[in-house]
Amino acid sequence: MPVVFKRPDSLLDVPMHYCPGCSHGIVHRLVCEVIDEMGIEGDTIGVCPVGCAVMSYDYFGCDMIEAPHGRAPAVATGVKRTNPDKFVFTYQGDGDLAAIGTAETVHVGARGENIVIIFINNTIYGMTGGQMAPTTIPGQVTQTTPFGRDPELAGYPVRVCELISTLTGTALAQRVAVDTVKHIKEAKEAIRKAFENQKEKRGLSIVEVLSTCPTNWGLSPVDAIKRLQKEMIPYYPLGVYKDVTTKEGEK
Amino acid sequence: MERSLMKGNEALAEAAIRAGCKCFFGYPITPQTELSAYMAKRMHKAGGVFLQAESEIAAINMVLGAASTGVRAMTSSSSPGVSLKSEGISYLAGSDVPALIINVQRGGPGLGGIQPSQADYWQATRAMGHGDFHVLVFAPCSVQEMVDMVVKAFDTADKYRIPAMILADGLLGQMMEPVSFPEINPDSVDKSSWAACGHGNKREHHVINSLYLQANELEDKVNERFKRYEIIKENETDAELYLTDDCDILVCAYGASARIVKSAVNSAREAGIKAGMFRPKTLWPFPVKELNKACKNASELLCVEMSKGQMIDDVKLAINCSKPVSFFGRTGGVIPTPVEVLEQIKKIGGKI
Repeated sequence: MPVVFKRPDSLLDVPMHYCPGCSHGIVHRLVCEVIDEMGIEGDTIGVCPVGCAVMSYDYFGCDMIEAPHGRAPAVATGVKRTNPDKFVFTYQGDGDLAAIGTAETVHVGARGENIVIIFINNTIYGMTGGQMAPTTIPGQVTQTTPFGRDPELAGYPVRVCELISTLTGTALAQRVAVDTVKHIKEAKEAIRKAFENQKEKRGLSIVEVLSTCPTNWGLSPVDAIKRLQKEMIPYYPLGVYKDVTTKEGEK
Repeated sequence: MERSLMKGNEALAEAAIRAGCKCFFGYPITPQTELSAYMAKRMHKAGGVFLQAESEIAAINMVLGAASTGVRAMTSSSSPGVSLKSEGISYLAGSDVPALIINVQRGGPGLGGIQPSQADYWQATRAMGHGDFHVLVFAPCSVQEMVDMVVKAFDTADKYRIPAMILADGLLGQMMEPVSFPEINPDSVDKSSWAACGHGNKREHHVINSLYLQANELEDKVNERFKRYEIIKENETDAELYLTDDCDILVCAYGASARIVKSAVNSAREAGIKAGMFRPKTLWPFPVKELNKACKNASELLCVEMSKGQMIDDVKLAINCSKPVSFFGRTGGVIPTPVEVLEQIKKIGGKI
């Protein structure tokens, strides 16, 4: 019988620690499908963050490095600069990338570092139990914003794709979601484009994936998807914020 | 052998390139900036990578990334910058990734000053980041020794999979001395059993990691590392013993202070006082055996540092407080003079 659906070869066959309804599993799979399709597992080095994806080194089949909190883009820079022919990606959450690692994130864009960043935005710190993230939406209740995020007190969220798209060295800044089949397909296309950009040495590609965290949002997996659609997508519009392969006006 | 006149900071850089260092990631800070500038000029021609990072934190993490793939990588800074690197140094140690960090010390704490200092001894030997670990610490006292120790540091770091530090200071970094570069054959250590450089579909994936969520697993990992430290302590200590065979007073100093102490010891001998000098070349591991040999006949020890007294702790520990140890130091960037040190030696000499 022909195989029509299987685990990507570069995704290791081990139980994952992620909660039911969490988007990490889907995004891991998409990254690995792209790695398999491009046939680059043996030439890829991944850098994982501190956060829920800290142990993704147990899931990705390529060589992996576990970076200090927020420093994955700097670690990836060291890898890529000394191994320019290898594929290098980071996989980071919102606290890691847009709070403690803001400087590292901005400067890989400024330098046009030829790497891929997979950015998981679920508007909350997952690993530590649900505190306010730099992407937490005004009004959102978290452990450290028990009355809802009050911008007067806690400031406003960071819109990462918009920010990174202003940097000359950025090749691709695209926001996607993994809430529907259509969106998941688009997300995979974006990740594929990001890795293709690296192959063509175009500079930094960042794919921001709007994701769910049912556990820390206090919602069922189904309701979490609904929240993503109702609250997150309006605040963080999906789309291509920068793509150097399209002519001005085409996006 | 060809000799040339070079600044300490530049000699450190040239030696690193000759030792097979393939990349330098730095951030400007006085008084080590010439090192970065030299690398910017020279590294590219040597086929390596020079990159000015956005911060000290980014620089050490670039080192972590590059060194994780098995290449020789380094960064350099001065005291406040080294504090920022301590997170990355802890990760290097916890992931068993060898790399070289250079500290051209200046006065502290805080922003401190930009004059030479030895106030980071405790940081280098005891608290180079959070957690149970050590880094190799080499303390040169001349520009030539800076060259030799860079090579030694890279080789030893690779051999034991441990980060190494050169603990210099602004005086050594800024001074010019004649120096020669020996033919260097960088130890070619095979890193293929652990380096994360792409598995090429030929082996299991490699993971560079310092996270162990099971307490027993982490304890085993740390214990394994400490077993390696014992081997390092046994085999890798180094010290200079100067006029110690018959000395009554043993003066202990490292780095730039040792140059001043040597002059003072010579003057003391001329004045009829049997002084000698013990100069550790490795600060971790501390040369315990060598110190005990040097002070065998001494009745009192004097520790001279450009700080309020930090190495003195190791001196007392090494001899198990079996003899009196006094201290003389200047701090904040003030360099002690040979006359001041001689006065201290004479003071002790009068007591004997």
